[in-house]
Amino acid sequence: MTETSKSPDENQEEHIPAMQSLLDNPFLLLFLGVAMPAVFYIVWGIMEIVTIPVAP
Amino acid sequence: MAQFRTCPDTGLYFHKSAESLIKANAVAAAVALLVAGILALLVVLTRWQAVHLLPADQFYMALTAHGIDALIFWIIFFEMAVLYVASSTLLRCRLATPAWGWVQFLLMLIGAVMTNVAIFQGSSSVMMTSYVPMQAAPHFYLGLILFAVGALIGCFIFFGTLVVAKQEKTYDGSIPLVTFGAVTAAIIAVFTIASGAIILIPTFLWSIGYIAHIDAEMYRVVWWGLGHSSQQINVAAHVAIWYLIAGLVFGARPMSEKVSRTAYLLYILFLQLACAHHILVDPGISSEWKVFNTSYAMYLAVLASLIHGLTVPGSIEVAQRGKGFNNGLFEWLRKAPWENPVFSSMFISLVVFGFLGGITGVVMGTEQINLIIHNTIYVPAHFHATVAVGTTMAFMGVTYFLIPVLFRRQMILPGLAKIQPYLFGGGMTIMVLFMLGAGTLGVSRRHWDMDFTGAALGFDYPGMAYTLMGIGAFGGVIGVLGGGAFLLITVGSLVFGKKLEPSAGLLQSFGLPLAASCYSNQRPETLPRAAPLPVEGHGSSSFEAPGTFVLAMVLLVSFIVYYFINWKYLASVWPLS
Repeated sequence: MTETSKSPDENQEEHIPAMQSLLDNPFLLLFLGVAMPAVFYIVWGIMEIVTIPVAP
Repeated sequence: MAQFRTCPDTGLYFHKSAESLIKANAVAAAVALLVAGILALLVVLTRWQAVHLLPADQFYMALTAHGIDALIFWIIFFEMAVLYVASSTLLRCRLATPAWGWVQFLLMLIGAVMTNVAIFQGSSSVMMTSYVPMQAAPHFYLGLILFAVGALIGCFIFFGTLVVAKQEKTYDGSIPLVTFGAVTAAIIAVFTIASGAIILIPTFLWSIGYIAHIDAEMYRVVWWGLGHSSQQINVAAHVAIWYLIAGLVFGARPMSEKVSRTAYLLYILFLQLACAHHILVDPGISSEWKVFNTSYAMYLAVLASLIHGLTVPGSIEVAQRGKGFNNGLFEWLRKAPWENPVFSSMFISLVVFGFLGGITGVVMGTEQINLIIHNTIYVPAHFHATVAVGTTMAFMGVTYFLIPVLFRRQMILPGLAKIQPYLFGGGMTIMVLFMLGAGTLGVSRRHWDMDFTGAALGFDYPGMAYTLMGIGAFGGVIGVLGGGAFLLITVGSLVFGKKLEPSAGLLQSFGLPLAASCYSNQRPETLPRAAPLPVEGHGSSSFEAPGTFVLAMVLLVSFIVYYFINWKYLASVWPLS
């Protein structure tokens, strides 16, 4: 079937916006949802603690 | 071949294996709620200084068990049931790896029992947070680890079921919004459990002597990745249930799928960073870390909650106006089914979560004004608004819906069921409000004796603090009665309710499948793509939910006033020249 033989509705369905592609991909969301707090909360927090000078 | 049952009343499809797991997890959740509720009564009657029921050691034991049973076991068992409903039932697909589902259930059950045993043996009264260097018995930590591993398995079964549904094309287009909310909850759960593993496994090894030392600050930072994120799973899950109930009771559709999903994305990216507000007064951690995580990133998650708080009642308003309830700003709300416990539970959950839980959460997340209330009883007041009312009442509402649909039993005591949400919600709201007041006066949380009897360094609270604690405890007792009524109705219905299906016996109420004739090998029809929303396009000529807009403005004004009252209060207790 050629592109021109499709109805306008079908052509419209083929175009998936980037945001929807992101929201339709649970594993990409899983990566983002774990990476964000892992970096900004856990890793950064641990770095703060390990750089505290040891009391003499 | 996967077998499915179609609910004759709702048309929902239940995969046979998923159905049993949903029931088993829901019943285990109810048992945890029962234990937590009994302990709650003991705790409030002890903190009510005029009653002061328990001796100190038993108070701390009861408080530890209450916290863990209510905030972890009740909630996460129920969330496992929610994940299975949101994936298998709503996507009309078979559950991925049902056998692993039973591993999930058994591990969580063994873990919950083991941790409770450790607490009630008396050697693990370390509170839910179990801060080191306080040390609990090894099986306290081991039970939590087993429970967490079970929950992690449940999350991956959920993700596996999404893959099955996509591969077998059981739905067209994107997954439904309620399932998307469950995806958000499962993602937060994975981070939560990973944080728990990072800190609880070494702590377990420390408790049995393999590790000599756990750094207290390191423990606090990583543990709150578990402790606070576990409550944020609840937020994502109960918001999904708000949308579900709005759809079930009113036929409501989200005002904008795009906006609601974007709000969930904000949860996925930023909600868990709010864990940092527990560390706001800890020395050694920089202000940059604290301020970024709480006062910038957290507000994006708060924005998401504001969006959901607008779109859920907004969707109900649009649906009600579509049915002709168009008079004035609030006819749609006045004519809502207030005697239906499914709706009233959900709406009380929404209002208390937004007005009390949300506003106090922002106050606690602000580094400066957090100083006024840090580690006071204001903190449990906040999370009783968010979890005990927000999450628990949403779960109660959907349970009322599931009794006939999933368990195939008619609900008993319908008269009591009509008032139960008001009893529980009203009592808990009284408790929360007066605990917030007492916390603002400095009353400490997790403290057995406000009088400091015999203490070397005592403190005299103002008389008003005792009054506020007494009224709050009275509200707590009403709340416990409301919780007891919920369990009486729901568990009583499973045992004594009229059977809506001849094979719905006692064992079927607790997980066994119904008679074989109820199930069919026929694959459910594909879930069709949702039709475009009429109000989602650009250039809508008018705002479709003016009543909700007014309610949102009331929330905004309440927030602004309360926020600046706290700044003024900070200025008065911490004078600067």
